[in-house]
Amino acid sequence: MKPKLLLAAGALGVASLIAVGGVSSASADTDYIAKYGIKADVPGMCSYSSIDAKDYTGHEITILTHAVPVMGEPAALHSKQFAELTGGTVNVVHAPFGELYQKVMIPFQTGQHVYDVVYGGSYWIGDWAPHLAPVPQKYLDLAEMKDATAAYQGVASWRGERLQYTVDGDRHYFKYVRPPFEDAENQAKFKAQYGRDLEVPTTWEEYAEVATFFNGWDWDGDGELEYGSTEIVQRDNIAFSNFITRVAAYAKNPNVTGGFWFDLDTMTPQVNNPGFVKGLEMWMAALEYMPPGGINFGIAEEIFSWGGGQSLMSVTWDDAFIQAMQEDSPIRNKILVGTKYGASMGSNKVWNRVTNKWDEFETPSVAPYVAWGWGAGVSKYSQEQEMAFDWFCFFSNYANTNHDLLIGRFGVNPFRTSHMDPAYWEKEAGWNNDVAVSYTNMLKSMDTSTNRVFDLRVPGVNQYYTAMMASVSKAMAGEMSAQAALDEVAAEWSRITERIGVDVVREAYKNVVALEDNVPLSAVK
Amino acid sequence: MIDSRYKHIFLFPALLVLVAIIIFPLIYTVRLSFSGWDINRPGLDSVGWANYARALVDGGFWNSMGTLYQMVFFCVLFEYTLGFGLALLLWKQVKAGRFFRLLFIIPMCVTPVVMAVVWKTIFHETLGPLNDILNWFGIAGVPWLSEATPAFISIVLVDVWQWTSLMFILLLAGLMSLPKEPYEAAQIDGAGPIRTFVHVTFPLMAPITIGALVIRLIESSKLMETIYAMTSAGPGSATETTSYLLYIRSLREFQIGYTASLSMIYLVILIIALALFAKLLSRALIGRSEART
Repeated sequence: MKPKLLLAAGALGVASLIAVGGVSSASADTDYIAKYGIKADVPGMCSYSSIDAKDYTGHEITILTHAVPVMGEPAALHSKQFAELTGGTVNVVHAPFGELYQKVMIPFQTGQHVYDVVYGGSYWIGDWAPHLAPVPQKYLDLAEMKDATAAYQGVASWRGERLQYTVDGDRHYFKYVRPPFEDAENQAKFKAQYGRDLEVPTTWEEYAEVATFFNGWDWDGDGELEYGSTEIVQRDNIAFSNFITRVAAYAKNPNVTGGFWFDLDTMTPQVNNPGFVKGLEMWMAALEYMPPGGINFGIAEEIFSWGGGQSLMSVTWDDAFIQAMQEDSPIRNKILVGTKYGASMGSNKVWNRVTNKWDEFETPSVAPYVAWGWGAGVSKYSQEQEMAFDWFCFFSNYANTNHDLLIGRFGVNPFRTSHMDPAYWEKEAGWNNDVAVSYTNMLKSMDTSTNRVFDLRVPGVNQYYTAMMASVSKAMAGEMSAQAALDEVAAEWSRITERIGVDVVREAYKNVVALEDNVPLSAVK
Repeated sequence: MIDSRYKHIFLFPALLVLVAIIIFPLIYTVRLSFSGWDINRPGLDSVGWANYARALVDGGFWNSMGTLYQMVFFCVLFEYTLGFGLALLLWKQVKAGRFFRLLFIIPMCVTPVVMAVVWKTIFHETLGPLNDILNWFGIAGVPWLSEATPAFISIVLVDVWQWTSLMFILLLAGLMSLPKEPYEAAQIDGAGPIRTFVHVTFPLMAPITIGALVIRLIESSKLMETIYAMTSAGPGSATETTSYLLYIRSLREFQIGYTASLSMIYLVILIIALALFAKLLSRALIGRSEART
């Protein structure tokens, strides 16, 4: 072939390749959307196209996650996608929540490398910290990671180092069915009975009155009895979170820093102070306005009960709310969240553990509980850390998270600043504007609060919580008074602290105090 | 001598399995019980008798033992009584006897956790069918899982429902192996069905009874999954058995060393209790029938 012709043919061939490549890029982007059901492949290091460019053929990771569906289903889904895109092998092992802790800790403590990625409660970070690989800087620099709110970046950190990859954010907040409050007949009856207007409650005392009023009759005309409140009360079924929600308003004082669970200076447990006792007494009384069997309600029963319209109010996780906003829910778009003062019920009186007196507040003091949420990390013993972190990167990329947030059963809840834009929920989830605004305002209020409550994220946390709920549940069952139960807890907590080491627990608890008071760790003395 | 050598060679694999799955874990647990292995201190260090000293004053542990033994007593009593009754009903040739035998052993074949979840749904106080059925008959709903006594009864009920089948099989097999001659003699003597049962059947069944009771006592003392699925040991501590407590202490709280000591105490008490029970029952049943003859 003549040189000029050869050159022309070559140029044409190259041009064709470029053209084909260009068409392929556009097709590839469309393919991801069509094939994987996402709205758009947001460009970045974690995008579908970026991960597709990686080649993990011959590499394998094992993920330990929760049972399907909560976290287990999105983990399985995105693992399958990741494997298809990269050629790597991703094994997903599911375990019920009650078994996750030991399934993670036994390999960690015995030095066996079993899992590359582990999921669990983020409050276990005190126990997991020695065994997790820090998140590399290149992932911390990602837009997705920087978009995580300060609270959830803090939850994923330990001693200033990010050890958990932020994939979820949880909280406890007040949620209620709106129409009964707006019904004129209900308003008249309530006023006649209680001498005040029927309003959305802002304190636990008001909550009790409203719940009692709406307890045990058919206020929605469906032929079934409804009740005042549904909460998670069953012992050892994460009821500790509802206990925290109940006591926070009475025991977390905005005038007092340096510890909600312990006095940081002396490491004296605070769990039996009058604030905690008052909260527990109110919770014991609350059984009267819960559905029959309420004392035995776990999270599944709560989601089903409140999400199905069996009760008027609840102060628990996101899951019940997201479930109630699904397309087929009978109360979709009829629910709101938060009060005019914050995310949860407040109190006009809060115990001051420094002055040993009750402080009075004209406006109810609210202490929102930034509940633990799902924590996940890469084992430092993993031989495939890069693949594991890329898996996380992919799992929580914008496309996947935006998809997962809308499916209640997936258990992925808002944790980014971008999730706190009401427009997202209106556009993507079809929520009414007032619901979306109510929800996102509640999310924002928790993130900026300087009077928050977090879990006791210290080594041996399960010992503390199990001891706490063993006694609290006895009080709930009427076996002992609230004071006696919490005295029992305080005594056991002191013994646990002695066993683990006072200084060990104190150093760990400083991390929690930093989160509670919303200050840098260095500011906690 | 060659025979003896071959005998030992053939026994060796079984011995190896025995050591691997019973002897070694037992010895390891004993060793663990003298260590302080927990969430902060993994490894086999030595803390002497500290774990055992702590166990002696652990009120939760001893309460759980009390709850366990009460539950076991009622479970085994009802399972034995019902199992024996069903076995007697199907002992002789009855219409569709094979069908009923199959029906009665089905509960035993279902995974305990699955059954516990099903029963939890049945006991659900607002959404479960049981209270609805009671209401149809004008009986108020029962707080099956939310009050101490009904929760205790519910656990016993589920255990009895599931494991009466085992008693039924063991006792039916025993009945079928009884000799005919004593019955012929009783018939000749003009004994009715009750006297025949009291003086012939029950005494002859003594060895089977002892075996079945001991087996069932051992198994029911491990009662855990039903409680885990239905009540989480609540309300309060009403249904907290030792197995449940050991599970929480070891795998939730990661107090491995301490839980090993609790396990050893529990094992020793169980062995002593069972040995005493078997001996007393033997004397009561077999001793008496021998005296009669």
